[in-house]
Amino acid sequence: MYSSRYGLWAAALAVYAFLYLPLAIVVAYSFNDSRLNAEWVGFTWHWYQVLLHDEDMLIAAGNSLLIALVSSLISTVLGTLAGIAIYRYDFKLLNFLVMAPVAMPEILLGVSLLLFYIQVLNLTLGMLSVLLAHIVFSIGFVAIVVRAGLAALDVSIFEAARDLGASPWQTFRHVTYPLILPCMIAGGLMAFTLSIDDFVVTFFTAGVGVQTLPLHIYSMIKTSVTPEVNAVSTLLMLLTLALILAAARFAPDMLKGKY
Amino acid sequence: MTKPYNSEARLGKYLVGGPPFLFLLLMFAAPAVITVIASLSYPGEFGGLAPLVARDPGTLHGVTLETYRFFFSDFIYIEIFLKSVLMASATTLFCLSLAYPLALLIARSPKKRRDRLVLLVILPFASNFLIRIYAWMIVLGPQSALSRLINGILSLFGLAPVHLLFSSFAVLIALVYVHLPFMVLPLYTNLEKHDPSLLDAAQDLGANAWQRFWRVTFPLSLPGVFAGTALVFIPALGMFAIPEILGGTGDMLIGNLIKEQFLVTRDWPFGATLSIMLTIAVLMIAWLTAKLGARRYV
Repeated sequence: MYSSRYGLWAAALAVYAFLYLPLAIVVAYSFNDSRLNAEWVGFTWHWYQVLLHDEDMLIAAGNSLLIALVSSLISTVLGTLAGIAIYRYDFKLLNFLVMAPVAMPEILLGVSLLLFYIQVLNLTLGMLSVLLAHIVFSIGFVAIVVRAGLAALDVSIFEAARDLGASPWQTFRHVTYPLILPCMIAGGLMAFTLSIDDFVVTFFTAGVGVQTLPLHIYSMIKTSVTPEVNAVSTLLMLLTLALILAAARFAPDMLKGKY
Repeated sequence: MTKPYNSEARLGKYLVGGPPFLFLLLMFAAPAVITVIASLSYPGEFGGLAPLVARDPGTLHGVTLETYRFFFSDFIYIEIFLKSVLMASATTLFCLSLAYPLALLIARSPKKRRDRLVLLVILPFASNFLIRIYAWMIVLGPQSALSRLINGILSLFGLAPVHLLFSSFAVLIALVYVHLPFMVLPLYTNLEKHDPSLLDAAQDLGANAWQRFWRVTFPLSLPGVFAGTALVFIPALGMFAIPEILGGTGDMLIGNLIKEQFLVTRDWPFGATLSIMLTIAVLMIAWLTAKLGARRYV
């Protein structure tokens, strides 16, 4: 029994190393005083300074933040409504529409929206087209967190509110809303992270109109690999890490593999 | 929550669910319908689609199955499709064999430690998708320690050096890397629920560790295996960024072919047809894994 336990630990440690080593190398080389991501030469802040003076990068980062902010706010509202409607009213068709964009390969969402924007809406690709696309795939994540939050609540408090004469709106305003607010915040932070990280859907819906951080990183990787990419990656990792951990404070079950 | 039972509830359903419903009807369902229509259209003169109803009478286009016929007439497209299925299957198998011991360890750890071990699986996956691919560009690059080590060993045996980057190997390893957490989580959720007394009973009845695993734990975990398979196989099948960045010229998958049709050759009807084919494949996998996952194996 003990030998199999050690074997399991060894295998698990190897998998953790596989998960973390490549990212650790990216971070380490962002401080490396060499143009090549090949071997350690010496410590430098140089690539972070390059980053701060890279105007294209800063514009892309600004766009990404703006899109993430607006799309996460809108998808928090729509996702919360969807989560309530699915849980409370068993709205099956809505459940399908909310989950399908999350479950299917992103490229399918990307190309169908591209077709829709160009052929039907006659919309010039840019900030707006990316924003709408991000809302489509973010709603589902907010709805999942909110619905799970509702399912964890004690049913009797709603009955009590009703028995005490509260209207449905009053019940929502004074009972449901304060109780699911942490889930809404957690879902909103998730939506923000998903938006700022998204590459595939953005790739198809941005056109030449707008550059986001992932699109800019992609073109850098494709053309000239410099440790500046490592520097921006490190900063982006710190940001998403902070967001995920913040979200987990509001909905602790989120990081326990419960959804 | 009390389930609603009257017309007021019906009103509530559409009042609350209405806004997200309408938004997704417009921004998800309508684009899906357009994709089907596009796959049945003729290509436009300057890319895009030809109008279904012609503006002047001489040029009526209408509906056609031409792109579907084209897909099946040229073996190269079917070949790319099959290669994508093969690649996604390999990804799923490797993910399963890496995830299983990890999930098992987490599930059998003391309760307090479990959450932290799960968090350690999720955290790297929270970093940007492109960054995780880029990391492998560095690890597999010709100057990297790994490349030099492997080629050093190969030269000891008098073998020619290999290129790790821009190869099917690089594509596969990155596919496994980005999808691994999707396999660990459903497996862990399943394994955590197993009743440990079953294993004690098996041991009392004389089963050794090997038999206890293959005849108790593994069959019981199959629903988790199939859930993880769906979560890994489906996104891996439609992947285009990884072959684009880490693959060589011969490593095109179905996702790259779709991208090519939409952004390079601008044959939108054919691109839409390929998307429909991919959707059908995805739905088949989802249906199959759901069906297998719902069966009883013990």
